[in-house]
Amino acid sequence: MKFGIVVFPGSNCDHDAYYSVTGNLGYSAEYLWHKDTTIPKDIDCIILPGGFSYGDYLRCGAIARFSPLMNEVIKFANNGGYIIGICNGFQILTESGLLPGTLLRNENLKFICKDVFLKVENNSTPFTNKFKSDSIIRIPIAHGEGNYYADDSTVEKLENENQIVFRYTNEKGVADKSFNPNGSINNIAGIISSNGRILGMMPHPERYCDDLLGCSDGTSVFHSIANNFIK
Amino acid sequence: MDKSKELFSELEVTVETAKELGLTEKEYTLILEILGRTPTYTELGVYSVMWSEHCSYKNSIKQLKTLPRSGGRLLVEAGEENAGLVDIGHGYAIAFKIESHNHPSAIEPFQGAATGVGGILRDIFTMGARPIAALNSLRFGELDNSRTKYLLSGVVHGISHYGNCFGVPTVGGEIYFDNCYNDNPLVNAMAVGIVKTDKTASAASSGVGNPVMILGSSTGRDGIHGASLLASREFDEKTADMRPTVQVGDPFAEKLLLEATIELIEAGVIAGIQDMGAAGISCSTTEMSARNKLGMDINLDVVPLREQDMSAYEIMLSESQERMLAVIHHDKVDKAVEICNKWDVPITKIGTVTDDGIIHITRHGKKVVELDADYLVLGGGAPQYDREFKEPEYLKETSAYDTDSVAKHTPVVGDFLELIKSPTIASKRWIYEQYDSQVRTNTVSIKGDAAVVRIKEIPGKAIAVKTDCNSRYTYLNPYNGAAAAVAEAARNVVCTGAKPVAITNCLNFGNPYDPEVYYQFREAIKGMGDACRKFDTPVTGGNVSFHNESQKFAVYPTPTIGMLGIIEDVNKIMTYDFKNDGDVIAMVGFENCELGGSEYLKHFAGKITGKAPVMNLDNEKNLQDNLLELIDKCLIKSAHDISEGGLAICLAEKSIASGKGCKVLLTENTVGRIFGESQSRVIVTFDASNQNVIENLCKKSNLPIEIIGNVGGESLVIDGYLDMPVNEIREIYENAISNIMTN
Repeated sequence: MKFGIVVFPGSNCDHDAYYSVTGNLGYSAEYLWHKDTTIPKDIDCIILPGGFSYGDYLRCGAIARFSPLMNEVIKFANNGGYIIGICNGFQILTESGLLPGTLLRNENLKFICKDVFLKVENNSTPFTNKFKSDSIIRIPIAHGEGNYYADDSTVEKLENENQIVFRYTNEKGVADKSFNPNGSINNIAGIISSNGRILGMMPHPERYCDDLLGCSDGTSVFHSIANNFIK
Repeated sequence: MDKSKELFSELEVTVETAKELGLTEKEYTLILEILGRTPTYTELGVYSVMWSEHCSYKNSIKQLKTLPRSGGRLLVEAGEENAGLVDIGHGYAIAFKIESHNHPSAIEPFQGAATGVGGILRDIFTMGARPIAALNSLRFGELDNSRTKYLLSGVVHGISHYGNCFGVPTVGGEIYFDNCYNDNPLVNAMAVGIVKTDKTASAASSGVGNPVMILGSSTGRDGIHGASLLASREFDEKTADMRPTVQVGDPFAEKLLLEATIELIEAGVIAGIQDMGAAGISCSTTEMSARNKLGMDINLDVVPLREQDMSAYEIMLSESQERMLAVIHHDKVDKAVEICNKWDVPITKIGTVTDDGIIHITRHGKKVVELDADYLVLGGGAPQYDREFKEPEYLKETSAYDTDSVAKHTPVVGDFLELIKSPTIASKRWIYEQYDSQVRTNTVSIKGDAAVVRIKEIPGKAIAVKTDCNSRYTYLNPYNGAAAAVAEAARNVVCTGAKPVAITNCLNFGNPYDPEVYYQFREAIKGMGDACRKFDTPVTGGNVSFHNESQKFAVYPTPTIGMLGIIEDVNKIMTYDFKNDGDVIAMVGFENCELGGSEYLKHFAGKITGKAPVMNLDNEKNLQDNLLELIDKCLIKSAHDISEGGLAICLAEKSIASGKGCKVLLTENTVGRIFGESQSRVIVTFDASNQNVIENLCKKSNLPIEIIGNVGGESLVIDGYLDMPVNEIREIYENAISNIMTN
C-alpha cells in the first residue's frame, strides 16, 4: 500500500500527512510535485494535503486545479483511483469538479483551529471501513473557508445516497447547529464521490495519529484506506 | 581628489536634510568627519537607517553588553547571527528569537502584525532552521473602547493570516490589557526553528568575487523609513500619516522563500545569507560585509522593482518584505538558480563581493554610494551612547501605597468574579482559536504554563517555550520586575517538566532620552542579567524597541522574555489540570501575601500601584530545582504557577481545565492569601501516598510546602469564601473576551 502526497508550493500539511502514514502508521508514501506530469504507477491512494496551495489569495484551490499534476490527478480519479482531500485538498477537489459543492468562508469570517467531534455517518466507504457504525471521533479543524455549501438538489442527493461521511456533532453525536464550527450546510464535514473513491473532508485526521499529541482518532481513516488493498 | 564630485546626489544634503531623516546635528557632524566630505542623499539615507535606534542599538548596546550572552548550550554569541542558536544534542540546535513590531501595528494592525511574524520567521530560516513554533506577546489598552477592539482584532487577524498560511504553528504567548498601551500597543513576535548543527548558514559575507544575489520578492516603495522614522520616535498627531511606511506581507511568497532557502543551504551553495527586514538592502549589504571586513559592488539597475522609476534612495531604503540577500559560491550559481526556479523564487545577481570593505552602489550608471561598511554598523562606527538616568518621580507615590492593610481585608465573592472575567486573566480562546496551533504535528500542548512541542528529529525529546513579562511589576520596580519576568518564564517551562536553557528578549520602553525611562531600562537590564545568571539561561539575542509612547504617557517598561526549555523525556511532560479525585493539593514556595501591581489591586484601587512583589532569586531557584526533581521522580500529577489573580485564579484554572472541583481550606481567608501575587509559588497535586516523601524532600531543601486541600466534586470550594460550580466558572472564563469582542 503506497500513498502519494501532492506537494503544491503552499502546501503545509504535506509533511504531516507523510509523517502520519509512514512514521505513525508504517505505510509507504512518496511526495508528488505539483509541476510533475506523471503519477508513478505504484501509487494506490493520493492525498491532497492541507495548506494554501498557491497562496489562495483568490479563492482556495482555484489556481491549484490548473496545475500540471492536477490534470494527472483527475485522470487518476477517472480511472477509479482513491483520493483523499484534507482541508485545502477538499477545496481543490470541489474546485476541480471531482466533488460537488464548494467551501465558503466560515460563518464567523475567522480562521478557526480547534478540536471538533465528528459522527461517522457512513462506515462502509473505503475511507471509513475501520470505524464502528455511528462512531463519534475527535479531530481538529484548521481553516478559514470550510463552510460547505451546495444547492438543494445536490445536498438532497448527497443525503439520499449516503455520501455524507462525516458530520459535525457534539461528543454524543447530536448534529445541532450549535456544534457546527463553520456554518456548513447540514453540518457537513466530509463527503464522498458517487463512485465512493474520492473523499473530501475539512477536519485533519493526519493531525491525530499520535497519542503523544493527545488523540489518535485519525488513524482509522488511513487504516481504512489500506484495508482496501489487503488481498 | 574630491569624492563628492564623483558621486551623484539626487538632492543637496545639508544638516536640515539630516534632521528630516531622523539624525541629530552631532551625528551629522560625525558623518562629515568620517567621510571627509558631504554625503550624497542616498548615503545620508543609508546612514540615517543604519544609525537609527532600530538598527544601531545606539542607546541600548552598552547596557545590553552587561547581560550574560554566551556559555551553556549556546552555539553563537548574541548578536553574531540573525538569531540565537542553542545545542539540544544529537546533532541538532534550536534557533529562536523575539522581535517587536509595535509601531507598525499601532497604525496598521493587520499588516503591522503580519509582517512582524514574517520578519521573525525569516530570521530563523535564514540560519537554515525550519520554523517549528511561533509565539506572540501582546499588550493593549483596556478592552472597553472600540479602538482597542479594532487593534486587537487586526493584530490577531494579521498574526493568524501570516502564520497559518506560512505553516508554522502558533503555540503560545501572553497578553495583558492596561491603559498605558492605549495609543501604543506592543506586538512582539517570537519564532523557534530547528536545524542540524552542521547545516547552519552564516550572515557574514565571504569570498571576494562571489556574486551577491537578491532572492524573493521585488522591491517596491513600501516600508521606506520604517526603521528610522516610524520605529524610532514617539506617536504624535502626524503618526497616522506614516501608514505608508508600514510594509505589506505575502506569506505565500515567504513560504516559497523558506523552502528555497533551506534547500540552498542544504545544497551548500550559500557563502552567507541575511534576510532583508528593517532598512532593506542598506542593512543587509553593510552588515554582511562588515562581519568579515569585506565590501560589495552593487548595481541597483538590476534589482527587480515594482515601480521602474524608483530612485537609488528609495531602493536602498525600501523595506519590501520576503526578500533575502545571499552571497553565493561563484562556482555554484547554476545550482542556486535551479533550486530557486524549482520553488518559483526569483533570484537575481545584483553585485559582487569586494575586498576593500567599501559598499559601492550605482544607479543609472552613476555612483551614488561609496561608504565604509564598518562605520555604519553596530560594533563598528555606529554611535554608542550613555544616557542620563534618574529615578522616576512616580515611584515615590506608588511605593507609598498601603497594600498591607488591603491584604488583610476579607474578600467578597464578587471579587473573584471580577477577576476571572478580567481580559488579562480570562481565557484567550477567542485569540488562540484563530491561530493554527497544530500544523507540523508536533504540538503536544498549547494550554498550561508553557507550550510543549515535540522534536520529531530526536524521538522522545521535546521543548517547552513561553513568553512572559508582567510589566506592572516592572513599572513598580524595574529591577525586580525584569528579574521576575525571567523567573516566571523559567518557572512556567519548569512546570511542564522542562529545564530552562536560554532566553531571547524584546525590550519595549519609552523614549530613551527621557532620564526616567532610561532609569527603567538600566534597572531592568540589571534585574534581567542577575536572573539569567542565577538560572544559567544566557541571552541569545533579541530586540530593543524604544519610543513606545504617545503624547500623554510612555508604556510600562516591558522587557518581554522568551524562554526555551528542554524536556529530555516526553513521557514525563507535566500538565496543569487536576487529575484524580482525592489527590492532595499543596502550595509549594514562598508566600508573602503581596498585592502590589496585582490584578486584585487594579480592580480594587483602579490603578497599578504598590510595591512590586519581592523577587528572591535564591528562593526561586530552590523552588524550580525541587519542582524538576518532583516531576522527574514522577511524584506529582499536576503543577501550575501562581501568577496574576493569585491562588484563587490558579485553582480555578486547574479546575476549568479538568472539569474537576476541589475543596481548599486556608489558614485565613484574606485578600492577601487568596489574590496575592507573591512570586516563587506553584500549586501541585499528588496522590496521598506520596505526601510524606514530597514533604520530606521540600523540608530538606528548606522549601515551604503547605497542604491546602483535595481534588474532587463539581465545585471550586475555598472553605468559608467561595463555593461555585466549575461549569459556571468556566462559562464566565471562556466567554469573557469573546463577549466583549462581539458586542
